[in-house]
Amino acid sequence: MDILSLFVIVPILTVLALIFAKNLKQARIVSLIGMAIQFAMAINLIFAYIKERAVNTDIMVFTKDVLWFGTFNIHYSIGVDAISVVMIALTAIVVLAGVFISWQIDDLPKEFFVSLITLSAGVFGFFISTDLFTMFVFYEIAVIPMYLLIGIWGSGPKENSAMKLTLMLMGASALLSVGIFGIYFNSNADGGPLTFNIFEIAQVHIPVAAQNIFFPLVFIGFAVIGALFPFHTWSPSGHASAPTAVSMLHAGVLMKLGGYGVFRIAMYLLPLGALSWTNFFLILSAIGVIYGAFGAIMQKDLKYVNAYASVSHLSLVLFALLMLNKTAWTGAIIQSLSHGLLTALFFALIGMVYGRTHTREIAKLGGIMKILPFIGAVYVITGLAYLGLPGFSGFVAEMNIFVGAFEHPDMFHRIITIVVISSIVVTSVYILRMVGKIMMGPLADETYKDLPKATWFEKVGLVLLMIPVLFIGTMPLGLSEMIKASIQPFLERLL
Amino acid sequence: MNISYIILVPLIPLALFVLLGLFSKKIPPSIAGWIGSLGLGTAFVLSLYTAYHYFLGAKLDGVYQTFTYKSTWIIFSDKLHMDMGMLIDPISVMMLVVVTTISFMVHVYSRGYMKGDDGYTRFFSYLALFSFSMLGLVLATNLFQMYIFWELVGASSFLLIGYYYTKPSAVAAAKKAFIVTRFADLGFLIGILVVSYYSGSFDFGELNSLDGNVITNWTATSFMGLSVFTWGLILIFMGGVGKSAMMPFHIWLPDAMEGPTPVSALIHAATMVVAGVYLVARLFPLFYFVEDGFVLSIVAYIGAISSLVAAVIAITQTDIKRVLAFSTMSQIGYMMLALGVSKYEGHEGLGYMASMFHLFTHAMFKALLFLGAGSVIHAIHSNELADMGGLRKYMPITHITFLIAALSIAGFPGFAGFFSKDEILAAAFENNRLIYVSSVIVAGLTAFYMFRLYFGIFWGKDKKYEHTPHESPLTMTIPLIFLAFMSVFGGYIPFSEFISADLKSFTSHLDLPLAVIASTVGIIGICLAYVFYKKENNLSEKATQLFGAFYQWTFHKFYFDEIYLFITKKIIFGILAAAIAWFDKYVVDAFMIGVGNVTMAFSNQIKGIQSGKVQDYAMAFVGGVVVLAMVVFYIWIN
Repeated sequence: MDILSLFVIVPILTVLALIFAKNLKQARIVSLIGMAIQFAMAINLIFAYIKERAVNTDIMVFTKDVLWFGTFNIHYSIGVDAISVVMIALTAIVVLAGVFISWQIDDLPKEFFVSLITLSAGVFGFFISTDLFTMFVFYEIAVIPMYLLIGIWGSGPKENSAMKLTLMLMGASALLSVGIFGIYFNSNADGGPLTFNIFEIAQVHIPVAAQNIFFPLVFIGFAVIGALFPFHTWSPSGHASAPTAVSMLHAGVLMKLGGYGVFRIAMYLLPLGALSWTNFFLILSAIGVIYGAFGAIMQKDLKYVNAYASVSHLSLVLFALLMLNKTAWTGAIIQSLSHGLLTALFFALIGMVYGRTHTREIAKLGGIMKILPFIGAVYVITGLAYLGLPGFSGFVAEMNIFVGAFEHPDMFHRIITIVVISSIVVTSVYILRMVGKIMMGPLADETYKDLPKATWFEKVGLVLLMIPVLFIGTMPLGLSEMIKASIQPFLERLL
Repeated sequence: MNISYIILVPLIPLALFVLLGLFSKKIPPSIAGWIGSLGLGTAFVLSLYTAYHYFLGAKLDGVYQTFTYKSTWIIFSDKLHMDMGMLIDPISVMMLVVVTTISFMVHVYSRGYMKGDDGYTRFFSYLALFSFSMLGLVLATNLFQMYIFWELVGASSFLLIGYYYTKPSAVAAAKKAFIVTRFADLGFLIGILVVSYYSGSFDFGELNSLDGNVITNWTATSFMGLSVFTWGLILIFMGGVGKSAMMPFHIWLPDAMEGPTPVSALIHAATMVVAGVYLVARLFPLFYFVEDGFVLSIVAYIGAISSLVAAVIAITQTDIKRVLAFSTMSQIGYMMLALGVSKYEGHEGLGYMASMFHLFTHAMFKALLFLGAGSVIHAIHSNELADMGGLRKYMPITHITFLIAALSIAGFPGFAGFFSKDEILAAAFENNRLIYVSSVIVAGLTAFYMFRLYFGIFWGKDKKYEHTPHESPLTMTIPLIFLAFMSVFGGYIPFSEFISADLKSFTSHLDLPLAVIASTVGIIGICLAYVFYKKENNLSEKATQLFGAFYQWTFHKFYFDEIYLFITKKIIFGILAAAIAWFDKYVVDAFMIGVGNVTMAFSNQIKGIQSGKVQDYAMAFVGGVVVLAMVVFYIWIN
């Protein structure tokens, strides 16, 4: 079995094993084992990739191609470059941390873990695919379980939130499928056969008119899940209603499928379309950055703060991608990674606070750090990392984006970059307001005095997420060079 | 000359931070204090050794050599990359000495001051983090590295101001300090981007050794009468204005006094707040040569205005730490204006040297003032001047050392502050008479408010104390004595031998007439304070009434806080953010829900069609066949 397919097979086997689990404890242990294997494979993949890259200069390595639907020339074709490797590692870390953190939540039956792991199988499949159709199938596998996870095991107005989320994402999928078929039916523009293979399509000169039509469809189709303004409203209510592990996985990983898809499909296959549409979407994403940050200031619920913060930070990813240069793109990838880790940390921490105090209302919380020192300290550190403090991954990502965007020779791009940079001040306002209110200050409620301390499982989950944040923040050179090398062929399409 | 061992100076505090931070629960307080002090002591000795080595041996043809050690940290693009490294030149070596000296003293002092505090170990780990960040800033080889450590000192300042994190005022002050400086840093960052966009480099060495043609090229594109490159420099300076608490970004500094007093001494008096001055000094050639030093004149005026305004406000404040905070702002204004009026070569670069000289002496006497104030606060548990009086009998060492520091800052002849201030005044006199006059006024005001404090604390009647005040323990008084020594003799160091804008030594003489004017003004200030505050009398009330409205304005710090509060609370939160939250809920989201509702309503209308009755379907089927047949028939006959 090849090294990549295992990433889909292990979750499927885990799900099968889960079906035979007799009770909750077994279900947890099975999930943990499955995801731990997945995690180990991801770490192994990083090293294997570095090793392979030294001798292999193809765009994708570890490739494999199996025909599975001859009529339409659909293949199960897979392969990875540095960008997919990074995303796979992120997913493995977040899923494992999510399993650790939901360890002691009582009311989550094994069906919950089944849905969660099915979802992750979809995500892994998405990141390894190099065939448009297969990729789209995996994408849908990742999105559908979200409805169950939120609608059944969520809290608050969960049915409504789940419905809104699913319908908006499905609407986007509809656009996306039109876009993908549009690309497919133009893939014979140079006289070859119709194909879904990304790298075969990239050789074809799709007519400009077609590119201009299909680029916005594919872009919006992916960007809705990447929280593009004004299609972001599913995200705050969806996150607020979702259980902790689902919020982590959703904001941490699923929302990254958007940026990844934009990069891999929209930009790569429709470069001329990209060139004519960038300014329009650049403005939307810049609005998203500022708008999300200001939106976060006034929220009363912790999860809403984080959801709007995610809108802001993920709009920055789209913004960077639309800058169409190497530095900004590197920043976009690192930002996806960094935001994935940090937002997962935040949702995990919010879940821990909520699990103990049974409230997420900022006004009702205060002085928690005194009672829960470990959670409090990690909360403050995560906050500082989130607002882009040097030494953490967010800074590296943002600086790549800002420097890259500002290098743009066009005046409009530089000015809009300055507007976007100003979001760092707003970010520090909402982060410090939140951290200052809930962690610091006097204890808001006497009953909080006896809150149980962080458990061993929770600590492992948090540390697992924190280590890469620090690693990227202090030693970014290796990662950024690795990503840059993989970006090059994608960038050349735009020149 | 190999001085790469200097890397140890920042690395020791880093190691301390990691050690004390990770094991803050495991390491008992007594050991944490010792480890911290010993670590910083080592760094201090290393810095002194470096300074000795460097200043006596690093000259080549009369010019101080610059040593750089660096390695690539990140590569942005083919043009731009960022290094982490160390830049060793006269000002960075001097700053190493200043930072490690004060940090070491504060560590020793804190062992006494923070004794018995819950978070003792945490406190020392924060101090170590700060020392590391500040040393990294000082040694930075390029703008970007400086920005990184610049942000880190901001974060450690946030942690230390908010050290008593259960106290709402401390949390609010910490947030305010961080956000205000962050706003200024936004300017810094954009400035870096602009400058690097044109120059293709972040490196100080490259930026400072440019020839005129290149600069003329960059400054070609203009925006509002100034070249874009000049705007970049102004934005970089904006970062310095924020960090050094110059007008109009000074509002965070008085509130920052919520932190423990040793922190105020280290961060908000001697080291971090002079980072802005250091930044200008670092980029001095660039500031000087671009557009005929236009940016430098901005530096000069901002420095002069801040220095005057702060000195006036300091007179009316009643919290002793806040008086010292405004005094710090005023003295940093001096350093800024000295840089602003300076020229580049030889003796014309007097202002540059004077600024660095004053930075050095100020660090000593201002840290001493803060630590002395801390000693007083430690004894009587209050910050308010009204709760103090007659303490000289109970606290002789604190009293004498505080007096020395006060004389030094007031510019009393023979003390350290006298020499450095004299150089600043001389530089101002040569280049800008207006600024000179304002600086002399500030000298008088400084002497007055400082002796108002001195007489108010140590003379006058005893107040009701909870228990008899007593002298602080040795761990606290030894740093006081050491700093007092420096506050007297620090002025005799021949700074112009070591530090100059063009790295060549020059000789500076005491400018006698100017010195006489300045010290006379200072002594008048002291005498006035003596008359007003030596004994309890109603003179100060009378003066208050005399100034009336102006006093009220000054007492309320010219309402800067209120203006900022109005802008942030009312406009940004109340109008902008609230409007966006409203818009999101009732427009964007409502629209999406509306789409859903329309779909639902539509499906409600048509759902009757799918009734489940076979007869209906059969009917529809037959109907459909008939319609189709008619269509086919119609086409066929045509």
